[in-house]
Amino acid sequence: MLRKLTGALTAPIIAGAVAIIASSIALVISGNSPVTAFREMWMTIDSTESVVVIINSAVPFYVAGVAVAIGFQMNLFNIGANGQYQLGALFAAAAGAAVSLPAPLHVAFVLLVAVVVAGLWAAIAGLLKVYRNVNEVISTIMLNYVAVGLSAFLVSEYFRNNDVKLVAETKKLPASAQLPALNRLLEVFGLNLGDGVVLQGFLPIAIVLGIGYYLLLYRARFGFELRLSGLNPAAATTAGVKPRAMILKTIVLSGCIAGLIGMSDLLADPQYHKYGDQFPKTLGFTGLALALLGRNHPGGIAAAAIVWATIERATQRLSLIGIPQEIGTILQGSFLLAAVIVYEVVRRRNNEQTAREASRAVHGPPPDPGLSSANAAGALP
Amino acid sequence: MTAAVVNPSSTPSSTSGPLSMRLLRMMDGRTTLIVAGLGVLIVSLARVISGDNDLTSSGTFGVALRTAMPIAMAGLAGLYAERSGTVNIGLEGMMIMGTIFAGWWGWYFNPWMALLGGLVGGMLGGLLHALATVTFGVNHIVSGFAINILAPGIARFMGNELFSQEEGGSITNSPGNKGDIGRFTMPFTSGGDLFGWKTPDPLGWIEKKQWFVLSDISGLLRGLTAALTLDIIIAVGLVILSWYVLWRTPFGLRLRSAGEKPSATDSLGVSVARIRYEAMALSGAMAGFGGAIMVLFSNRYQEGQTGGRGFLGLATLILGNWRPGGMLGGAGLFGYASGITLRTTPENLVRGLILAAAMALVVSAFWALLNKKYVVAGIVLAIGLVGIYSYAVFEKPNNQFVYIFPYIVVLVVVSARNQSLRPPAAEGIPYFKGQQG
Amino acid sequence: MSNSIETGTAVIELRDIVKRFPGVVANDGVNLTVRKGSIHAIVGENGAGKSTLMKTLYGAHQPDEGTITVNGVVQQFKSPRDAIAAGIGMVFQHFMLADNLTVWENVVLGDEPGSALRLDIRGARKRINELAKQNGLEVDPDTLVVELGVGEKQRVEILKVLYRGAQILILDEPTAVLVPHEVDELFASLRALTAEGATAVFISHKLDEVLKFADAITVIRAGRTVGQVDDPSSITAHALAEMMVGSELPSPETRVSTVTTDVALSVHNLTTGPIELPTLADVSFDVHRGEILGIAGVEGNGQAELIGAIMGLSASTGRVELFGADISHSSTRARREGGIGYIPEDRQRDGLALPLPLWENAMLGHQTQKPYGNGRWIDKAGAQKQTDEIIAEYDVRTPGNSVPAFTLSGGNQQKLIVGREMVAHPTVLVASHPTRGVDVGAQAIIWDILRDARSQGLAVLLVSADLEELIGLSDRLLVMLRGAVVAELPPNEVTPAELGSYMTGVKSMVTSGASTATASATNDGTA
Repeated sequence: MLRKLTGALTAPIIAGAVAIIASSIALVISGNSPVTAFREMWMTIDSTESVVVIINSAVPFYVAGVAVAIGFQMNLFNIGANGQYQLGALFAAAAGAAVSLPAPLHVAFVLLVAVVVAGLWAAIAGLLKVYRNVNEVISTIMLNYVAVGLSAFLVSEYFRNNDVKLVAETKKLPASAQLPALNRLLEVFGLNLGDGVVLQGFLPIAIVLGIGYYLLLYRARFGFELRLSGLNPAAATTAGVKPRAMILKTIVLSGCIAGLIGMSDLLADPQYHKYGDQFPKTLGFTGLALALLGRNHPGGIAAAAIVWATIERATQRLSLIGIPQEIGTILQGSFLLAAVIVYEVVRRRNNEQTAREASRAVHGPPPDPGLSSANAAGALP
Repeated sequence: MTAAVVNPSSTPSSTSGPLSMRLLRMMDGRTTLIVAGLGVLIVSLARVISGDNDLTSSGTFGVALRTAMPIAMAGLAGLYAERSGTVNIGLEGMMIMGTIFAGWWGWYFNPWMALLGGLVGGMLGGLLHALATVTFGVNHIVSGFAINILAPGIARFMGNELFSQEEGGSITNSPGNKGDIGRFTMPFTSGGDLFGWKTPDPLGWIEKKQWFVLSDISGLLRGLTAALTLDIIIAVGLVILSWYVLWRTPFGLRLRSAGEKPSATDSLGVSVARIRYEAMALSGAMAGFGGAIMVLFSNRYQEGQTGGRGFLGLATLILGNWRPGGMLGGAGLFGYASGITLRTTPENLVRGLILAAAMALVVSAFWALLNKKYVVAGIVLAIGLVGIYSYAVFEKPNNQFVYIFPYIVVLVVVSARNQSLRPPAAEGIPYFKGQQG
Repeated sequence: MSNSIETGTAVIELRDIVKRFPGVVANDGVNLTVRKGSIHAIVGENGAGKSTLMKTLYGAHQPDEGTITVNGVVQQFKSPRDAIAAGIGMVFQHFMLADNLTVWENVVLGDEPGSALRLDIRGARKRINELAKQNGLEVDPDTLVVELGVGEKQRVEILKVLYRGAQILILDEPTAVLVPHEVDELFASLRALTAEGATAVFISHKLDEVLKFADAITVIRAGRTVGQVDDPSSITAHALAEMMVGSELPSPETRVSTVTTDVALSVHNLTTGPIELPTLADVSFDVHRGEILGIAGVEGNGQAELIGAIMGLSASTGRVELFGADISHSSTRARREGGIGYIPEDRQRDGLALPLPLWENAMLGHQTQKPYGNGRWIDKAGAQKQTDEIIAEYDVRTPGNSVPAFTLSGGNQQKLIVGREMVAHPTVLVASHPTRGVDVGAQAIIWDILRDARSQGLAVLLVSADLEELIGLSDRLLVMLRGAVVAELPPNEVTPAELGSYMTGVKSMVTSGASTATASATNDGTA
């Protein structure tokens, strides 16, 4: 168990080192001291407030990572999470503001609208792939642009809050559709966050989502068939899985979860509670990075989301001391690239070692060729 | 029981192939011509009906060419990469690397250096992708996406370092290029200068007459020959050159073999890794050059100016069945669709084009009907009629619709494309020396 | 047949070659002497180290110990390039040809005529046509390789080697994919080449053709040379086989008939593919309880389509019945749950997910059923227990049920698949090439399993390319050609050669009937 854990941690640590070196080089080139920069970054995150802020922003990241990871598990690249959650959030915001329901029902209703709309939008890509063999990478990217235009059109023409003149945005959700902060709950456990620090209310839903994802993928028959289809579609078909239905189900499921990406901001972030220009637009891409970093594992994605949010928080105050805060994006990008490379190298080495140990244990003939390439073993980290 | 009478003939092996395949290839050439001819006819009809002559003016086609070439360069980049066996979803990132370098060098030196900067910036991205996929065997799509996430970060960092303190510049845009790259107009056809003498402009004259079909073709030809900036001419040259390199040189043959059957390439003593590195360097350079063209077009680097053209390039590559000619055709189509959104009356033009597309759909519905594909015919006809209806009803399309129009065109065309596509066989599969298969 | 005693000098001398891979020693002291102008066979069973040895000789990897001497010069090949330069060319078992390139492109690749800036296409075409004509290897240089048949592809491979001026040809299992008359053609070409001073080394485990065509034979077992036969007429196939295996040979023969009259699986007028050119044409037959029905045929004559139609993996017309119930419109899952077990032809492509642990691989195709789960949730403990049973009962050599499937050897992977199908107690088993690419030990075990199950009432549909296996195991044999069943033969009367001529259409059954087939000569005689 310990060996497994150290094994799992080696790769991220190496990748982290590479990222720190790469961004240090960038800092030196731009005439800044990496030491000063990293010290400032540490000081920024070393506070209760920062921890809460990091958790708050990690929550939508995490949901995005899970949404994308479901697709990854069967080699589907749902690049369209951006478009899916934007449309989902827009319709949810508009519908939520238009009805009045008791509190828990109202929240559930908003969530439902978001999930359904995002799932339907994702279904377009699924249908195109299943019936017209259109690569989902191409279709979901195009659908992203269409979704951006469509939501801008809808928000300005149909869902607009006419009380606000300058910007096009939806009406604010009524209080019954807002998720309360978790501060009270923490106080029950004797934890007082202090004034102005708010732990947003979507966190429990994200945790439930993570557990559900784990159970579905690793304990349910459907999840087994999904992973099987990703690793070896031909074997899955032979084992009685209908490939087209599986593709469609997976894309729609991924889209449905993507619908939840915007819900943390919409329901739980006091800054929003409405859909408009300021609403985050690119969380889906972040989700891609996190699914890759977390190797599609619910725990891994959570860790990755925390790291991502930590970097964002840590670099926020750099510009105050004259260091470009854009170093954060380089830190993130190089961490990601280094991580996927190190994962692959480690995976290959582990595979060879496992094969060697196994064949030594039985004194048998060597494993069948195809160790390094066959059967999509190298598909995703 | 079940023993049947056989009529034996020659060998039992595959009876499926040769003739039908050859026929298909022949058909491909002729149908392309027919489709192109029909296309001109329909668009010209749409121009007459909608009454907006800008639909086929040389100005529109000129802009279409300008907007098409960055997409075509991305497609070309994809062609080098995928023909050598590497899926390059990182095109967008490499284009971004091209734009930041082009914006930098164009501002610091001159527009020619901007083009060079584009090549260099893109190539860096390409080599990074090669490092991950070839040396370390990382999944190609994963690595490509990592580059797509890394590249904007690098661009932002560089933009901050280079431009934010300069006059006219900011973190999101360069101060502007030093000077123009120059233009060229074909003499005798489109009124270009020859040793200081302004030659006649017959195409322009016909275009102005607004004759059915004739003026439209003149508009097209004049758009492709008048007031071209030199970078565009170079870009078109690069497409032709790339065809030659890939299909007429030993290097090209080796590159294509690495994408089809790397073990064969390897077994004949040619290093697959080296070929794929070289192909990725070229691929990145082409993508970066596409970015540089955009920098020259808007005269400066602007954050996000690639706007998904790397992905559009990939779509054109698929549409063109991994061949330069088809790829160029696809880029032209997308370039036209997005080019018209840059004209003075985009709403009208989009309307006109919707009419043209709807008419084309009705025609293809009849074609499907002739082939007894009733379901397809029904669906196509229905969409066509919806198109005609929306043309009649919507006087002025919302500008958001104008914005999404080119992307919808991509979606529709990619979905409607004949499904007999043939990607390089070994594309996306890591290869290590000595491996079988 | 030793038509001439070779007196040529040694062109290849391998001394004490050792090659290790992580965890195994593939070659452990191999010696080999090949004389100029001879056709030299290397025989040995799967996994004996033949291919490793040939790759060493071709420079695809370097030996850990030992020397390679070519034409009297000690060589150290760093890459195939060096071997090519020394006049050695290799024809691989799995063709190293790019399908979407033309014949000439495949041939000149890596050694292109013309300059770096211009390929001399016309020169390439001319040179290939010359070579083809000289050596009787006719093929059109401008055809795409994908359009060629297997025999033609092999000709292209040989042309590749000759184009590089090779005087020593290494052929890795060249006859594995050929039908009998193509084998004759191949060796006729090789004979013509060796007559002009070239040398050919080929790997095979088909002993009859080794004895028929080779001038000398080297036998390899478990990575070591166990003998060299300089005069093949001095040895019998049986003796050679025992040298190869090192012990008594397993035999696939079925002893007592257990065929009943209960129809288990019945197909009627199964058809797939376009109407003009069906890939499966109107096939009907019954398989009874306790019967093994063998399907013979050259690969690509509708066997894969037949299995696809029976398993519900591909669209077809016609009717499939399982114990009288029409299952033509059932899903693959329903058919498997209904009691059809399935051993797919390519275990790595269709039968396993290599990165998953054995216990998850054991569930494949049975994941909806007990003890693997309740249809909705997976029962991990139950699945692992079942897997342990499969491992024990079917002799799967592995350290445990949680290692990934890629750690198993081919034979053990196959035993796992056979085991998981058998423990589910199927009523009908569809077995496609059940012993392809497995070692002799595993082959014997799998044959025993099939025989035992049959005698307990299992109905088996056996598709195989191994004619010995078909003849030895089947109670009845059908021959497929161009998608249709063209003959029904009694296995106890038919010889492999006879079967081969039905498979290629040289012979055909004109009248329906059970036993005696009427042979009819065809226009195929010119080949």
